Amino acid sequence: MGIRLLINLVRFVVTYVIATVAVFLFMRAIPGDPAQIALGVNATPELLAKTRAEFGTDRPLLVQYFDWALGLPFGDFGTSYITRQDISPLIIDRVQVSLILVILAMIVALAIAIPFGTYAAVKHRNPSGIVVSGISQIGVAIPNFLAGILLVVVFAVGLGWLPANGWTPPGEDFADFASRVILPVLALASVQGAILTRYVRSAVMEVMSEDYLRTARSKGLGKLESLIKHGLRNASIPVLTVTSVQLAALIIGAVVIERVFVIPGLGSMLLDAVGNRDLLTVQSVVMVLVAITLIINLMVDVLYTVLDPRIRKGA
Amino acid sequence: MSAKKNHVRLAAVVMAGSLALTACSAGSGGGSADGTASKTGVTLALTGEPVNLDFTTTAGAAIPQALMSNVYEGLVEIDQDGEIQPLLAESWELSNGNKTYTFKLREGATFSNGEAFTADDVKFSIERVKSDAWISSLKKKMDVVDSVKVNSDTEVAITLKKPSNAWLFDMGTLVGAIFDPSGVDDLANKAIGTGPYAIDAWNRGQSIEFATRDDYWGEKPAIQTATLRYFADAVATTNALQSGDVDVVYNMQSPELLSSFESDPKYQVLDGTSNGEIILSMNNKKAPFDDKRVRQAVMYAIDRQAVIDTAWNGYGTKVGGPVPTTDPYYEDLNDVYPYDPAKAKSLLKDAGAENLNITFTVPTRPYATAVSEIVVSQLAEVGINAKIESSEFPAVWLDEVFTKHDYQMSVVLAVESRDVLSMFNNPDYYLGYDNSKIKDLAASADAADEAGYVEGMKKVVRTIVDDAAADTLFIFPNIVVADANVTGIPANSVTEALDLTNLGWK
Repeated sequence: MGIRLLINLVRFVVTYVIATVAVFLFMRAIPGDPAQIALGVNATPELLAKTRAEFGTDRPLLVQYFDWALGLPFGDFGTSYITRQDISPLIIDRVQVSLILVILAMIVALAIAIPFGTYAAVKHRNPSGIVVSGISQIGVAIPNFLAGILLVVVFAVGLGWLPANGWTPPGEDFADFASRVILPVLALASVQGAILTRYVRSAVMEVMSEDYLRTARSKGLGKLESLIKHGLRNASIPVLTVTSVQLAALIIGAVVIERVFVIPGLGSMLLDAVGNRDLLTVQSVVMVLVAITLIINLMVDVLYTVLDPRIRKGA
Repeated sequence: MSAKKNHVRLAAVVMAGSLALTACSAGSGGGSADGTASKTGVTLALTGEPVNLDFTTTAGAAIPQALMSNVYEGLVEIDQDGEIQPLLAESWELSNGNKTYTFKLREGATFSNGEAFTADDVKFSIERVKSDAWISSLKKKMDVVDSVKVNSDTEVAITLKKPSNAWLFDMGTLVGAIFDPSGVDDLANKAIGTGPYAIDAWNRGQSIEFATRDDYWGEKPAIQTATLRYFADAVATTNALQSGDVDVVYNMQSPELLSSFESDPKYQVLDGTSNGEIILSMNNKKAPFDDKRVRQAVMYAIDRQAVIDTAWNGYGTKVGGPVPTTDPYYEDLNDVYPYDPAKAKSLLKDAGAENLNITFTVPTRPYATAVSEIVVSQLAEVGINAKIESSEFPAVWLDEVFTKHDYQMSVVLAVESRDVLSMFNNPDYYLGYDNSKIKDLAASADAADEAGYVEGMKKVVRTIVDDAAADTLFIFPNIVVADANVTGIPANSVTEALDLTNLGWK
């Protein structure tokens, strides 16, 4: 297990470093000059030169890269040209919002997917199981921003039950937080739940065809009982893999959902920063997203070994 | 780690999750629809949040929109009709061949940090615009100032290098904002002015909250707080209005959403005017638009009323020239190039430009996308095939069109106030208009008396329109949708400021 962890850590660092280079170069390759955007129309060449010097974007690329990248391990992302503020505290503010959104959405998605997926697998020949499976198929096809817009139209604008958008931190006013978080979480979770339902269904169906389940049932256990006692743990490995991949997808989905619901998370910060060509902020937000994804993968790998002793021993 | 412990942990997570969900359903009734029930505040929805609070170094309309008139004040202000009114100056006199303005200043005004407003602050602020501290392109509006002399705490004499009508108007815009010398350390994050409001909180990515100042020198606003909430698009703003989260949607960018509000007595719809012109630009220095006849053909080919009706649901003012209706030298120039496709075709024939293929660079803004399609179809009718090329705004558009002049035709909303000269009296501007005919006219108009200024500028504008330098499609409307009980909303957007001072409830 130790070696496995070490290999994973090395992979983590190498991936991270490659990502920093890629993000940095990409932001330099796309057209648009931060100084020009800051000064807007009518900017004179002299003012532009002055602003570029102030932003540091007139320095050689290597200097700019190391100036930024060497601060990353210490959580020092530099100062944004555009907002004139340190980027780290801004990211910490925003990342909390996005994580709340993503984690709640994943919990709700799993709460939908595990029971319904199992049901659809057990009843895969019954009409009721086919209906569940069909509904999930529709859910997979809906992009989450569309789900978000539909939810707003029905529950906020139409029925007036919930606010259409906005955000209140849970520590400030929990009731208001709750009323504002329901729709975006549902928008993310409904689509995720549908996707995961299909994976849970196929994982459970595969387990159900295994010999040991037939043995368990021949010993007199019921279909559901044998599944819960012997099957779910085995089915959980592929589901966990998909969940981790989907968690990363959910973070990306949150970028769009934050826009629809006007939530000040990492996603809105990223989109604003791209629009303003706030290079340092874009680079730093992307690296935080990369780090979160890599950490999820690392954690999932540890969880595999907990769930499946064969993996633990195999390494 | 044992499997048992893991189960316990999992159970804890599930418990916490379901607890949170129950709390959600319990709380869903409150806080939503009646969040603005306390009528001591007004919440306005806008699109486009300021990136910081410093308009002395950062361009963009969002910063002065939030701060001018509310936090910062000038010696004068521009009212809803475009007229110059006293503000921090009670009165002024002109002397020295119309070159020296002597302002008598208001007594008892203070900055929100407690410092008193005096003539020294006027000198400091104007000289600061001229110094290296300001890196805004607007700073050149103060180039005409020769000297600022403090006569007493309440009197200041400003001498110009030459008489200028434009300068006093500019003093009512952001370059005329009065700062306190001890309040400029961190302009990007702290705004300290003499205005009726101070910034109470800035929730980045969401809103700016203004609180009324108890020590404001003038008449205090009727409300205690004003909140500007920022949204990514127009749909989100009207959703928030319908669910009661905001009271006013200001400068609405999606007129097709208005129909449901126009017929509902719970709401009011204001059709105000702005100082923004939708300019269909043609690169005057590049073929085919270096030929005046081709530009004229475009002017005749486009039915501007149809553009307004199709692209912007009939909102907007047809003017025919690059001057908003609130400017003193405005006149209706629609008759210079009426809609006349036959004439357009014959001009193109004269110019040898039949079956012309051009590229139309369209910035990624709602108005531009809406306008581009009808323009393309009208150009096609006279034999100009325009290919639309989308250009990310502002980043890519500023780079390609504005800086490198690498375009043939584009369309943009020019929002700066009284900007006809900055657009056309500069051959290096992206429009590339040859200003030799208007240069001297403009200079003598600025130095003339007020009547001479208006007459002179009218001549300048007529020359620009005759030369078909660019087609002003329409004046952008300032559409406001609001709760029917909100009063004092400035319907016209004459300068960059969104004045929150007169807001109140019926």
